[in-house]
Formats: sequence, structure tokens, C-alpha cells
Amino acid sequence: MNIMRTIRVALRALGRNKMRSFLTALGIIIGVGAVIATVSIGEGAKREVEKRFEEMGTNLLYVRPGSQSFRGRHYGGGSVQTLTEDDAQAILEKCDAVQYVSPSVTTRAQVVYGNKNWNTSIYGVGDKYPEIRNWEIEEGVFFDENQVRSGQKICVLGSEVNQNLFEGADPIGQIIRIKKIPFRVIGTLESVGESGGFWNRDDMILMPYTTAMRRLLGQTHISSIDVSAVSGSRTAEAMRQIEDLLRIRHKIAPGAEDDFNVRNMSDIAESAAESRDALKVLLGGIASVSLLVGGIGIMNIMLVSVTERIREIGIRMSVGAREKDILFQFLAEAIVLSILGGALGIGAGVVGSTLISKFADWETLVSTWSIILAFCFSGLVGIFFGFYPARKASKLDPIEALRYE
Amino acid sequence: MSSNNNLIQLQNLKKVYTVGETQVNALRGLSYNVQEGDLVAIMGPSGSGKSTLMNIIGCLDRPTEGKYILEGQEVSTLDKNMLARIRNKKIGFVFQTFNLLSRTTALENTELPLLYSSTSSKKAKEMAYQALAEVGLKGRELHLTNQLSGGEQQRVAIARSLINNPHLVLADEPTGNLDTKTGNEIMDIFRKLNAEKKITIILVTHDPEVAAVARRRIYLRDGQIVKEENE
Repeated sequence: MNIMRTIRVALRALGRNKMRSFLTALGIIIGVGAVIATVSIGEGAKREVEKRFEEMGTNLLYVRPGSQSFRGRHYGGGSVQTLTEDDAQAILEKCDAVQYVSPSVTTRAQVVYGNKNWNTSIYGVGDKYPEIRNWEIEEGVFFDENQVRSGQKICVLGSEVNQNLFEGADPIGQIIRIKKIPFRVIGTLESVGESGGFWNRDDMILMPYTTAMRRLLGQTHISSIDVSAVSGSRTAEAMRQIEDLLRIRHKIAPGAEDDFNVRNMSDIAESAAESRDALKVLLGGIASVSLLVGGIGIMNIMLVSVTERIREIGIRMSVGAREKDILFQFLAEAIVLSILGGALGIGAGVVGSTLISKFADWETLVSTWSIILAFCFSGLVGIFFGFYPARKASKLDPIEALRYE
Repeated sequence: MSSNNNLIQLQNLKKVYTVGETQVNALRGLSYNVQEGDLVAIMGPSGSGKSTLMNIIGCLDRPTEGKYILEGQEVSTLDKNMLARIRNKKIGFVFQTFNLLSRTTALENTELPLLYSSTSSKKAKEMAYQALAEVGLKGRELHLTNQLSGGEQQRVAIARSLINNPHLVLADEPTGNLDTKTGNEIMDIFRKLNAEKKITIILVTHDPEVAAVARRRIYLRDGQIVKEENE
């Protein structure tokens, strides 16, 4: 008996008990659906990390003040004010794996132009900031080293701020007011659309960090330092050099905790993806349990089916079905059942992951290999759990089977 | 009686069943020959070994001792798979209870043996239509078995037994579940098959009227032939 015919006979047998077949396959449907959804969340998170990593540059490092214990009290990250402009300068000069450095401060403020105003993030940064971040200037120019040193009241607008304040009019050379201080717009940033995650880079204003510190914040320390290594492959080296240098500069005793931390962009992006791992584990658990239960369900129903059809088996044997014909017939039913379940499960998984990405706003990616994997897996479940009932059917004695009432 | 005319040679067949700790001798050294084109009736009370003999002749079972030669081939020593091949190619069965697949069409039932031989599904369908026409079921091919009368169901079973052009058809109480008139119609079919197509037919029955159709009759008792009648 060839394969196509075996499958056709199996489909016909399953078709005689449609509801039962569907319920039997339900376990597999749920299991495979969960597998597909799990993998799509994992893949989506991975791709998002990679995308952001690429967007930000693989050579990007980020130095923040760390936690500090003071007389038994433990302060949170960023709670101390230990980073200075000199630290940034020293990193640039002493660390040969470092290419650019930009000290940063940040605040939020209401920005006014004419009768319009807009609340946005203000970033005080160095002149190399666009190079570090790999950002393009849309119109005008970015500020240069001299303008930073002299702390000029100039700024560069993100596209969303530009749109909200100027509504399409040319912003270059116009004066906007931030905390009543006038700033001249010298450039605008290229729009990138929603970059998701931490901040919206279209909704921000960049200005020299010197200006921001003196005019807006009135502080002498800086909040963080953005650093780019000379190449992606020397990022780890740059990280080590910065750590060594800052420990010396901050006079940290050997064995004591750093009062700063240096992070790679991929660390940051990955930590954002961590929250997804919990769900992945949960769905993975559901997937394996329901595939197991689904498989047992198939075995159970196949055993019932064999018992119900003992006479049919006897008839088939009497007209010349061999043991292996009967074995394949019942095995085919189990496999067809679990593969159909698998196919429906794949559909459910695709729909499920679409819903997850829609409502949880997580990127999901249904990959071809996860579909192939799920398909093969459901086939294997069918073979594994279908074998015992099929073997039992094939070992029946034709005489007794024919006599069975 | 020249031996090369023998379709079936049974030599000193013995069959012992072990039920629990007791041994049941179902056949005790039975020898008999059936020639090609014979129409034989096996008669005897229940427990006489009729069914056991039928199962052995039908290659559903093997004798404990003795030889069974079918068309010159010794089949008593073959394994299960080989026996299945022989059932498929050389033997047709007709049962008292019809033994058709339920909720399946007459056509599908008829082509069932071809599913286990290397016949294309198109050819199988053609052959099944033809076989059903031969037993007078033209136009009923796509009816489900449970929509057919007892007589019609038995005709389907006969069509199924004929599909592989067997040399031997075994019928176990073929009229046992039918009324007299329908039973006679079925017996007419067997007689016609035997007369026109020279198919060897062995009937098991305890109905003397049915046995009267046969040219040779053997009577079994306690696993042995106690009487033979030839016309």
C-alpha cells in the first residue's frame, strides 16, 4: 500500500469521527501554537536587540556614575555626582581604543517659539555626539568644538520638536526660548521615526553640554559620558581602559566597588529584552506540557479506536493486509492527526504572536525554521504516541479479530 | 484422480489449541483433496472442527501438524506475511455476517483487497465496478453498506471475494443470516461462478439444502471426516 493511499485511508477514517479527531488534536494545536508564539517572541526580541545595536553602533559605550555606599547607606545607580568634564577629557586622551567622547547632561523643559510651546528632553552633549551616535544632520549644522567650549546658546532640534514648533517653516536661525533663555537654532536632526524602547530620538533638543550645565542646570558635574571605540572589535578593550583609568582618577582602592559603570549598548538593549524571557519560559512550559498531554491524548484515542475497529482490522487482514499494512494505517492516522493539529497550531501561533505584538507592543517574528520545527515536532509526537496503538492493532490475530463482537 | 489437478491437498492435518491448561484437539489427522473447479460442502455439528478447517484452508491459521499444499505450494510452514499475500492473491472469503466495513460504500468495500496488492487506484475502481456488476449490484456501487439489505451486503462480500480473480472462494455459512429466498439467490451466484468461471468453492454449512448445491459433501465430527459423498 503506497503512502498517498495510506494517508487517504487515514483521512477517511478520521473524517468519520470529525469532532473526536478535532478534540484529540486540540492538545497538539495548543502545544504547537505555544511553541510558535514562544519562538516568535524570542526571535522578535533578538532582532530588536540587533537592530538597536546596529542603529546605535556596535562601538558605543556609555559611562554612568555608579552606586555608592556611604556609611552603610547604599545609593542607587546615578545617585552620585562623580563624573566630571575632566574625566571625559582624560578618557579621550589616555585610552587609545577610544575614538570620540561626549559628556552629557539631560533635563526636561518647556520650549517656546512664538505662541507655540512644547515639552521635550534637552540633551547637553559634546560636538562629536552625532559621530558617536551615527546620526545625520538634516538641515543646518551641528555645533563645533569652539561653540561647545564657549558655551554658546545654540541648539539642534529633533524632527518632532521642529514639526511642533515650526510646523514646516524653516527653523534655522530662529530663536526659541528654554526657561526664558533664548537659543538660536542652527540645525535639525534627520527623522528616524519611533525607535522604541528608552527614548524617542526625534523628540529632543541637543545643545552644547557646557551651555546646558551653566544656563539650564547650574551644575558642575556631568550625568554621563557617551564614548565610541575606534572600532566594534575594540569595544571591549575600550571598556577595560576606561574602567582602569576612572578607578585611578577616582582613587578607588583595589577590591572596592566602582563608583561608575561602563556599559555596552548591547547590554542595555538586552536588559530591555529580559522581561520577555519570563514569558518565554512560561510559554515554553505550556508548549511542552501540552505537546505531552496532546500526545497522550492521541495515544488514548488511538487505543480506543483500535478496540472499536478490531473487526475492521480482522476484515482487512482476511483480504490480505499484512502486519505492516495495519501498523502503517494506524500510525498514519496518528501522524495525520498530529500533523493536522500541528498545522492548525502553527496558524494559532501566528495569530497569537500577531496579537501579542499588537497588544503588548513587542516585536515578534515568526521564522520559517520555527514553523518547520513545530511541524516536525508534531509529526514526531504522532509517531511516538501512535506507535504503540498501531503495533497493538497489527499484532491482532485475524481469526479472533473477525469473531470479535 | 491425478494429483496435478489438485488445488488443495490436505495431509494428516492436526490442530491442537491450548486453552488454559487443557488441550483441545480441533483436528485429528484429517486428509482430503479438492480438485480445481470443485464445489465442496463441509458439514458437521458445531465443535466438529469445521471452522478450524476453514481457517487453515483460508490461510488464516496454520496446522499444528500435517501438510497443506495449495496449488502445489506447501503453505503450512509459511510465515504470517506470506499467508497474507496468499489470502490476498488466491483466496476469497464470504462470511455469514458479511464482514463489510461499516459506513463505507459498496465500491470501497469491493476494492479493499486491491488496496493491499500493487494495483493503481484507477484500475482498482474499474475492477470493483465490474465485480459489483457481476453480482447484480450495478447502480448500487456508491451506497453505504448500512443502506443495503442483507442479500445486497452478501453480494458485495462476494464481489469483494472475486476482485482478485481467486482460484478459491471460501464461504462460511453464507446464507446463515438471510431468508430462504435471498439465500437461494446467493447460492445461485455461487453455482454460476463455479459453473461458468470454474472457481473452486468450499462451503461450510449445516443447512442440507445449501449443501445440496455442492457436488461433493464431507461430514466432520470430532476433527475427522466421518462421511464423504460425491455426485
